[in-house]
Amino acid sequence: MPEITRDEVAHLATLARIDLSDAELDHLAPQLSVILDSVASISEVASADVPPTSHPLPLTNVFREDVVVPGLTAEQALAGAPESEQQRFSVPRILGDEQ
Amino acid sequence: MSAATSTDWTRRTAAEMADALAAGEVTSVELTQAHLDRIAEVDGDAAAGVHAFLHVDAEGALAQARASDERRAAGEPRGTLDGVPIAVKDVLATEGLPTTCGSKILEGWVPPYDATVVRRIREAGLPILGKTNMDEFAMGSSTEHSAYGPTRNPWDLDRIPGGSGGGSAAAVAAFEAPLALGTDTGGSIRQPGAVTGTVGVKPTYGGISRYGLVALANSLDQVGPVTRTVLDSALLHEVVGGHDPLDSTSVDQPLPSFVEAARQGAGKDLTGVTVGVISELRGEGWQPGVLARFDEAVERMVAAGAEVVEVSCPSFVHALAAYYLILPAEASSNLAKFDAMRYGLRVLPEGVDAPSAEEVMRATRDAGFGDEVKRRIILGTYALSSGYYDAYYGQAQKVRTLISRDFEAAFGQVDVLLSPTAPTTAFRLGEKLDDPLAMYLNDLATIPANLAGVPGLSVPCGLAEEDGLPVGLQVLAPALADDRLYRVGAAVEALLTEEWGGALLDRAPELKGAAQ
Repeated sequence: MPEITRDEVAHLATLARIDLSDAELDHLAPQLSVILDSVASISEVASADVPPTSHPLPLTNVFREDVVVPGLTAEQALAGAPESEQQRFSVPRILGDEQ
Repeated sequence: MSAATSTDWTRRTAAEMADALAAGEVTSVELTQAHLDRIAEVDGDAAAGVHAFLHVDAEGALAQARASDERRAAGEPRGTLDGVPIAVKDVLATEGLPTTCGSKILEGWVPPYDATVVRRIREAGLPILGKTNMDEFAMGSSTEHSAYGPTRNPWDLDRIPGGSGGGSAAAVAAFEAPLALGTDTGGSIRQPGAVTGTVGVKPTYGGISRYGLVALANSLDQVGPVTRTVLDSALLHEVVGGHDPLDSTSVDQPLPSFVEAARQGAGKDLTGVTVGVISELRGEGWQPGVLARFDEAVERMVAAGAEVVEVSCPSFVHALAAYYLILPAEASSNLAKFDAMRYGLRVLPEGVDAPSAEEVMRATRDAGFGDEVKRRIILGTYALSSGYYDAYYGQAQKVRTLISRDFEAAFGQVDVLLSPTAPTTAFRLGEKLDDPLAMYLNDLATIPANLAGVPGLSVPCGLAEEDGLPVGLQVLAPALADDRLYRVGAAVEALLTEEWGGALLDRAPELKGAAQ
């Protein structure tokens, strides 16, 4: 049975950029183990010669003419931003102290 | 039928409303106002009532209705449904109207553009009543995972309306709207249709544009109609369907006439149609009353001339496992865009001086996402991690191939496949909320169609004996043969409505004053 530990969940949460509280970690780890256990059988279903399907349509490289069409104005694009300044998205600092 | 003579416009079908508009018996303003009044009477809020809507746009809907009436007066209606109001699931971008996806992370966000399907209903003249409730980012089967509180089933306000599109299905079932748009990634149109006694269609993958749909899982998502009758679904499908250059997965070929197929089906003749009953989608874990109503409906189809065979789709038993690896994997990537930088919520971490962008992201995503969304993001991140990718995601993609092969083999023998839409009728609010696995089992019968990209429809087939709640029958067809859904679905509907002496929803509670 695949087991997903509390520490693993904490690591995955870091990768996914979500601060999980201790209570959430306690709650999530056993739930995820149960879900994983139920889907684990999948590793034995298909043999090596079965090709994977990533997408139900047999479409590749859909092109269109490159023509200029009206787009959003800067004001429209920024209207939902948490913070903006001089027609730009304003974000918290992105560099660490040592950088 | 009685509905046609009723003075309450909300009880009519969309097709009847369209006819009445064309005959000058009613105006779009009258129709729209009647639905707004009904919403005020029964919809309520998170605490009481159906709570199908997250946002009602009375002013906007009435303005669109007035414009529709003016066009009609000038002899220039834009199409059959011009003036018939509609509700839109809150996962579709609507310019000038809030779009939250049932999440706190998008609270108050107003998109600067319309989804293609929304643009098409606006261009066709359908007044938009408002946005409907849903499980957060369409993750769920009960609408209880909405950050704004659950929607309640109009048949029993203590029960779930299905999900994720419980708001659209409940709005239609409670006569708050004649038509609604939904989205279906693993059953989010069909399962709510089944448990609310309404009709829902998941078209062929690529049959309706996904531009402006906030993606849950791109390789599975599909927009579709939510209505009370099969003909109404066909009418709406023709308005929103067809190629869209803004969606690279949109199928570029002419659509068959869905309305014509539905009208043909209403003739109740299924001579020459071979239907296959999927043997894997019944048995242990299926509610006896659900199976009984399903079997009776199949018997009616035989009496109407259909040939019925049992068909085995052996890989379907692995569909749920494949889905719950593919969906979280795609969802965890999709939801990475909610980073607190360009739109939506921004939360600053407590007690951190001059927090970094990453710290803000982490705090925002913790505060803005609900439990189920976090579960699936973590699960998807796990399934895509190095060391696990081949064993989980890679294998799930292979199972997807096996499921498509099962469909191909089955459609070599039969024209359409049948199963009950959901294993049980509507369960009680709260019953499965903290048991994700039990919740996931609701989608057992609907998931294979999403994995293979084939179309499916759910049509009411009666009330289960144990609890008196609606049961849905699912029809599945080969890719791009959505017209078969409408023909067979309309035949089942006509045969059963005749037997019942009226529509199933005529037996639902009236809900008068439910909002209080």
